[in-house]
Amino acid sequence: MHPAFSVIFLTTLIGAGQGLFLALITGQSYAAVELLPSQDSTAFYGNGAIIVMLFLIGGLVASFFHLGRPERAWRAASQWRTSWLSREVIVLPLLMFLVFLYGVMHYFEWDTVLFTTKEGAKLQLTLVVGIFGAIATFTLFLCTGMIYACLKFLQEWHSPLTVINYTLLGTASGFVLATAFANHSAPELMRFFGIWATIITITAFITRTASLIRNSRIKAKSTMQTALGVRHNKIQQKAMGFMGGSVNTRDFFHHASAIFFKSMKWIFILLVFIVPMIILWSGISKADTSILLAAFGVQYIGLIAERWFFFAQANHPQNLYYQTV
Amino acid sequence: MTQLALIIDLNVCVGCHACVTSCKEWNTSGSAGFMTDENPYGKDPTGTFFNRVQTYEIGEFPATETLHFPKSCLHCEDPPCVPVCPTGASYKRKEDGIVLVDYDKCIGCRYCSWACPYGVREIDETQKVMKKCTLCVDRIYDETLPESERKPACVLACPTNARLFGDVHDSESDVSVTIREEGGYQLMPEWGTKPANHYLPRRKTRMRIHDDELQRADNPLKKEQRGPSAPVDAPTLDDSTSW
Repeated sequence: MHPAFSVIFLTTLIGAGQGLFLALITGQSYAAVELLPSQDSTAFYGNGAIIVMLFLIGGLVASFFHLGRPERAWRAASQWRTSWLSREVIVLPLLMFLVFLYGVMHYFEWDTVLFTTKEGAKLQLTLVVGIFGAIATFTLFLCTGMIYACLKFLQEWHSPLTVINYTLLGTASGFVLATAFANHSAPELMRFFGIWATIITITAFITRTASLIRNSRIKAKSTMQTALGVRHNKIQQKAMGFMGGSVNTRDFFHHASAIFFKSMKWIFILLVFIVPMIILWSGISKADTSILLAAFGVQYIGLIAERWFFFAQANHPQNLYYQTV
Repeated sequence: MTQLALIIDLNVCVGCHACVTSCKEWNTSGSAGFMTDENPYGKDPTGTFFNRVQTYEIGEFPATETLHFPKSCLHCEDPPCVPVCPTGASYKRKEDGIVLVDYDKCIGCRYCSWACPYGVREIDETQKVMKKCTLCVDRIYDETLPESERKPACVLACPTNARLFGDVHDSESDVSVTIREEGGYQLMPEWGTKPANHYLPRRKTRMRIHDDELQRADNPLKKEQRGPSAPVDAPTLDDSTSW
């Protein structure tokens, strides 16, 4: 498949935003049961929600560049019964609304304790909103991943690993960002987020490697024989019916050299999993926000490479019909 | 239930592209708007087509065979492109099984083209909506046309009659009988899309002569000729027997 930058930015930006939001909710949940010190509502959760919102808006804007007719985008919410894309179109604004609500309530400290347990754990109204937001976040990860995983003849994508990787990679980048943000606004949470960022990144490394191994062993179900219905082992295309390009040659091939394609895999493994972890822990040991932000930046660039590779690796069966001019 | 479809006979297709040009001509002049052609006479011509004819070489030289392969939307009975559409622009008509795109609802997200394993959906780069074969839906029901012309443009244009059009759900229709009797098959059956369009395979007309057929054992000429007789001067039974 041709990696479209609009979709690459959409998935990586909202992934980071969703991950940061989950990090905020995790922090607040730990604070609610007094495992972590509670933070300033405005400076940490309020501002954090603003950053989450910026990422989600960035992703939404990027997604519009993918549409031929963006002015009709509202129609895309209608087929939620059958289409994962439609479900994503519904869940993304819903999540944005919940993040907005969560952010506003924290920013202006419109909060109240709903009840307190005997041990002293407090359930705050903002945490309830946050938990609904977390449910929406995971639903959005599911929708985004299923858009790709539900296409059964794109065998590289048709696997639960697609959804798992989207979830874990987005969450990992959000937690790395949360580490940098915590160092700035809530230093005592910095190490907590750093440890979670590392755990999630390592888990994502395992599942992404699993999908790389799975994809390297895929046996294509469609062949020239089934595509044409001709039983002969040697079939060669001599003409695809036109001499210039078409949508079929532009949208379904990555048009990169084999070396570029192969090196992209190692680049993303390096930039998503290995280099950011080294920078992250040097940033944590020095408690330096700019180093921690660099860790996020490197991982984000790595995620762009990862998404590029994700698209480029998928081999659409229609390509069988477009092998030569 | 009706399921209109095309049957393409690969045995007689000569790869002349008449179906491609007639399709483009009919559909670019239709009420749904033109079909984009960018740089038609320039360096990198590109455009929207509903139908393409491709050419394949089967076998290895010198034992090769050329296959001309027209490909358009197969109007699957279980079309994977329809459920993925987020706007409902892509739909399959209940009354005749034609898969269509509502150009006024399509947002041009290209998701349906990803979901089609056959690569028959092409986005129109000018109108920014997804387009595909309509089986000339604006023609086959047009009562101002004589009945013999109420067929897709490609079917009418084919000079070798390689394209048949009809209802594949009616088991006695010409197309159903042809599929049954001439070995009609579907493309990529492994995905369970149940394409309505069928292809007829290339079929060789060969005369098989076995060796024993060259030497006829019961040749009637041999039966009618005089049987073998002894030479005239040889002694006969009369010479040695006294009555």
